[in-house]
Amino acid sequence: MRTLEQVMDEILDLAANHFTVPRNELSYDDDFFKKLGIDSLQALDLLTRLEQRFGVELPDYELQGVTDFRALAERIKARI
Amino acid sequence: MLDLRRYASLGSALRDALERWSDEICLVEADRDREPQRLTYRQFRERAFPLCRFMQERGFGDGDRAAVLMTNQSKWLISAYAILHRGGVIVPLDYKLSAVEQAQLLAHGRAKWLIVEYHLWRAIAQSGGIPGSALTHVLVTEAPANAELAGALPWEACQAKGEPGFVDRTRADAASIVYSSGTGGRPKGCVLTHDNYLEQCRSLTSLFPFRPGVRYLSILPTNHAIDFMVGFIGPFVCGATVVHLRTLRPEFIREAFSRHRITHMSLVPLVLKNLEKGLRTRFAALPAHRRALLRLLVGLNRRLTRRRPRLALSRLLLRDVHRAFGGELEALFVGGAFTEPSTLQFFYDLGIPVANGYGLTEAGTAVTLNDLNPFRSDTVGKTLPGTGVRILEPDAEGVGEIAVHGRTVMSHYLNDPELTAETIRDGWLLTGDLGRFDDSGHLQLFGRKKNMIVTEGGKNVYPEDIETAFESLPVKEFSVFAANYIWRVQLSTAEQLIIVLHPDSGGEVGEKLLEDLAARNRRLPDFKRVSGYVVWKEDFPRTASLKIKRQALAELMGRRLDRAEAVRPL
Repeated sequence: MRTLEQVMDEILDLAANHFTVPRNELSYDDDFFKKLGIDSLQALDLLTRLEQRFGVELPDYELQGVTDFRALAERIKARI
Repeated sequence: MLDLRRYASLGSALRDALERWSDEICLVEADRDREPQRLTYRQFRERAFPLCRFMQERGFGDGDRAAVLMTNQSKWLISAYAILHRGGVIVPLDYKLSAVEQAQLLAHGRAKWLIVEYHLWRAIAQSGGIPGSALTHVLVTEAPANAELAGALPWEACQAKGEPGFVDRTRADAASIVYSSGTGGRPKGCVLTHDNYLEQCRSLTSLFPFRPGVRYLSILPTNHAIDFMVGFIGPFVCGATVVHLRTLRPEFIREAFSRHRITHMSLVPLVLKNLEKGLRTRFAALPAHRRALLRLLVGLNRRLTRRRPRLALSRLLLRDVHRAFGGELEALFVGGAFTEPSTLQFFYDLGIPVANGYGLTEAGTAVTLNDLNPFRSDTVGKTLPGTGVRILEPDAEGVGEIAVHGRTVMSHYLNDPELTAETIRDGWLLTGDLGRFDDSGHLQLFGRKKNMIVTEGGKNVYPEDIETAFESLPVKEFSVFAANYIWRVQLSTAEQLIIVLHPDSGGEVGEKLLEDLAARNRRLPDFKRVSGYVVWKEDFPRTASLKIKRQALAELMGRRLDRAEAVRPL
């Protein structure tokens, strides 16, 4: 069972890689829309990749009201 | 379709539609590759009546307001039907707004009932509830068993037996209150009447008639005026099928076209452009000889469809392209923002007609629509039947403010007589948009009278709101503008935000300043970013209270600067 920190680290690795942002510039409480410079459609793309990574299904609404990596990780962890 | 002239209210038209089309497929609920639900019009009624009855037994009726806050799904339409059956007023709320904003609009709209999805309700409850609301009943859909509902009732409990009483309304009564600007500033609740909707529906279906067998893919939020009309009222009165997809991810939308043999769909320019990008990438990956053949066929199709769309022919010529869209696509509707002509032309040349239009919630959705006879990518089409459009105080080129008159124009802004009086004068709705009619009666859009842009995703952005991101920038003064507010040109590309910089005396706009500017810009959401800057070396004109006179500054710059030279990319 992954810890919340592990889930967050994996999300940050994946996001940095996918959107070509230096990994050391990302931290848990960042607003990922602003930090990655992405729109809501690209955020859905990120969600698809996170589904593949964690092997869970994440409905679009899991992004509702979520802007930082920590909250996103909490939503994912609850479904793992 | 039903003869809408016979009906006094939306509720009575929809009630007849459920009977008239009882064996036709009404709704398909899809979730990725699954299909959890398929309802005929009869089954829709069987689901709606217990809710109508439940609301009736708790005193809901006669002009009572009920808010609906859900993603696109069957319960949205079932709830809307129940509200209208009981003579109520629907307050559709945008599920994309933050919980705090949703709570503010709920309080402003004085809704007594709220029907809401569980995850949205949870977010509202967690963010401090709904201060100042008039709510007496909250129904929550999709709530997990044993979930804490903060005083609300689960949807499943809201069933009552027996035929529900129908409450009719007059044409002049309010049918809905739709908020046309979501975030910040004063809430603009457009009060739309039964007459507004019935007349708009009559007008749109005269150009694009739906029928049983039409399968409409609904992905724009149903709370938005376009989907409410084209993805609910229109299909229902014509016996068509509405397909809801519980995800907006492009890969599932693509699949849905073939899986559900979609015939029509509405979208915003941003999504249309994404589809275009995907197709162009696929075309580019074809072997050279197939690419050459495709070019040839597209050219041929363009020539043969110059006067009007010829679907059967296009499907034959460009079979593979059409197969990727399920093979039965008849038309895409695009609105909510300006669409680039090249994108419209790209689809039309493939034999996929895109009917673009111009409209605003205040005018009950659409004002003009491209009727495709012939297709004109450089305009937003002709005025809809029954609607009047006038260009106020046209300049030498015929460009002036667009004003709209007719039975689709809203009644008023809720609780805001001042704004209503400013916006509707002598029965004419002042849109704040600039336009001109060409010789063939097609409307061309120019910049906006207001310093505002509408993004490709259909969001209204006010440059004034963005300025806080640049506060304390080391310049003497700065201001953010919509470029088309300064230089009024026909819209032919996406709209652009720019920042005007007045450097400190003797100072220049150097690399360091630009880096600072770019870094602040990156922190803004993408649709709020400025894409260029202008250097202006004079003091900005200001009011006595030292506010920038934006219009005066814009006029000065427009007169003295050439856009192509003055705007430098950021």
